Amino acid sequence: MMTIDDIEKRILAEVADIHKTPTGAYNIRYNGKAQSRNSTENIVISSKEDGTGIDIRIKDGTVNQSCCIPVVIAKTGLKDVVTNDFYIGENCDVQIVAGCGIHNCGDQDSQHDGLHRFFIGKNSKVKYVEKHYGEADDGSKGGNIMNPVTEIYLDEGAFMEMESTQIKGIDSTNRVTKAEIKKDAKLIVRERLLTNGTQEAESRIDADLIGENSSANIISRSVATDKSKSVFYSRIVGKAPCSGHSECDAIIMDDAKVLALPGLDALSPDAALIHEAAIGKIAGEQLIKLETLGLTPEEAEAAIIDGFLK
Amino acid sequence: MLKLENIRYEVADEKGSDKEILKNITLDIPEGKFVVITGPNGGGKSTLAKIIAGIYKPADGKIFFDGEDITDCSITDRANKGISFAFQQPVRFKGIEVLDLIRLAAKDKNLTPADACKYLSEVGLCARDYINREVDASLSGGELKRIEIATVLARKSRLTVFDEPEAGIDLWSFQNLIKVFEHIKELTKGTVIIISHQERILDIADEIIVIEKGEIASKGSRDEILPGILGSDAAVSMCHVQKEAMPRV
Repeated sequence: MMTIDDIEKRILAEVADIHKTPTGAYNIRYNGKAQSRNSTENIVISSKEDGTGIDIRIKDGTVNQSCCIPVVIAKTGLKDVVTNDFYIGENCDVQIVAGCGIHNCGDQDSQHDGLHRFFIGKNSKVKYVEKHYGEADDGSKGGNIMNPVTEIYLDEGAFMEMESTQIKGIDSTNRVTKAEIKKDAKLIVRERLLTNGTQEAESRIDADLIGENSSANIISRSVATDKSKSVFYSRIVGKAPCSGHSECDAIIMDDAKVLALPGLDALSPDAALIHEAAIGKIAGEQLIKLETLGLTPEEAEAAIIDGFLK
Repeated sequence: MLKLENIRYEVADEKGSDKEILKNITLDIPEGKFVVITGPNGGGKSTLAKIIAGIYKPADGKIFFDGEDITDCSITDRANKGISFAFQQPVRFKGIEVLDLIRLAAKDKNLTPADACKYLSEVGLCARDYINREVDASLSGGELKRIEIATVLARKSRLTVFDEPEAGIDLWSFQNLIKVFEHIKELTKGTVIIISHQERILDIADEIIVIEKGEIASKGSRDEILPGILGSDAAVSMCHVQKEAMPRV
C-alpha cells in the first residue's frame, strides 16, 4: 500500500518536478499547513501575521534564482484556502514554481483555493509555472476542486511569462487571472487544460493594458473529452497605445462542451488588439497522416493531444 | 513487389450517381524501381496513390504487397508492412514539433536531435533552424514539403509513394526539391512511386505510367514513354505551370 510519504513524493514530482529536498528558496504546504521552508539571502519567505498564507520578498537585482512553493493535499474533506504574495524588486530575473496536487482518499470533496498576487518591480523578468494535478484512491467518490486566483501587477518595463497546466484529475476548477500592465511592460500567459469524465473547468483572464507600449499575449489551449465542459473567457482592455493578442484553441471530443468568449476592449485609438478563437474536432487528415507513419488511430489521437497541450 | 489487380474506384457525383474515377487498373511495380505515374489533371493519379496507402478503399480489385493481399489492411497496417505516403498537401499540427514528427515517423522516441537533423539536411533544410519548430501555419508550403519528405525518409520504407511533390510550391523551392528526388532511390533505399507531371521528375524515372480518364493509357520505360508525352498535359515544365498560375491582367 502506498504510504503518505510516497503520495507526497509523487505529487511533488508531478506538480513541481521535485524529486528530493529542493535547493534554494522553497515552501512546501502539506494538508493546509507549512511543512518545510527555506529562505535564501535574496529570497525571503515568511508567514503572514494573520496566518492566511506567506509573503515572498525578492530583493532588487536578484537574477538566475528560483523559488518553489508547491501545495500537497492528501486528505479527503479538506478545504485549504491560502493567500501568497510575491513582492519582486527591480531588475530581477527569477523563476517561480507553484504547483498544487490533491490525492483524495475518501468520499468527501477536497479543495484548494489559492490567491497568488505578484507585485513585479521595474524591469524585472519573472517566469511563473503553475501545474495542477489530482488523483484519487480506487473507489473513492470525493471530488478534487481547485479555484486558483492570480493577480499580476507589472511595473514599468517588467515582464512576466505565466505557464499554467491542468492535465489530469481535477473535477472542478474556476480559475481567475487578472493583470495590470504598465508602460513598456509585457505579459505572456500560456494555459493548457484537459478535461475528461464529467469534469468542469472555467478560466477567466482579464488583462488591463494601462501604460504606453504595454503588451499582453494570452494563449489558451484546451481539450475537452467525454462529458466534460470547458469554458474560457478573456478580456484585454487597451487603455493606452498598446498591443494585445489572445488565441484560444480547443479540441472537442465525444459529448464534451466548450465555450470560448474572447473579448477585446479598446479604450484608446492606438490600442492594437487581436483575438483568434477556434474550436473543433481533431482533423481527419491529421489522424490519417500519423496513421501513415504506422500509428494506430488511438495512438494518433493521443499524439495529437499530447502535442497540442505540450 | 506491389501488384494492383483490376482496381476500380467510384464516388457519387452531384446527382447522386456513381462516377468511376479508376477503371480496372492493373499494375505490377517491380522491386527497387523509380516509377512516375503521370497524366492529365483529374485522371485518377492521386486517387490511385491513396488507394495504395489505404486512405481510400477500392470498390473492386485486389492489392498485393510482397505477394500478400493487403486490400483490406488499414492505413496503419500498410505503414507497418513498409508502405510510406507523402501527402500532396502536408498536414499541419499545432504543438507537434518537427523533432516530434520525425521521432514518430522513425518509431524511435529516443532518436537524438542530431540523428533527426540528418533527415532534414537530406531535404536541404538547415536542421537547427527547424528541429524545434512547430509543424504549423508558421511554416511555408516549401518548408512543409521538405519536412513531409524528411518524415518519410525517416521511415526507411520498402515502398514510398509521393503524391505530387511539386504541388503548392514556388519555382525556387521546386528547383531545390528536384535535387532531393535525383537521389531519392539512395535516400529511401527502396521502391519509389511518384505522382507527378513534372518533366524534370519524369526525366529521372526508371518507368513511366500514364493514367488518363481512370485508365492506363500507356506504360513502359522512360525512353519508351517520355518522348510521346513531352509537351502534353502529362509532362509539363515548371515554367509552364508558373505561367498558368500567373494572374491575368
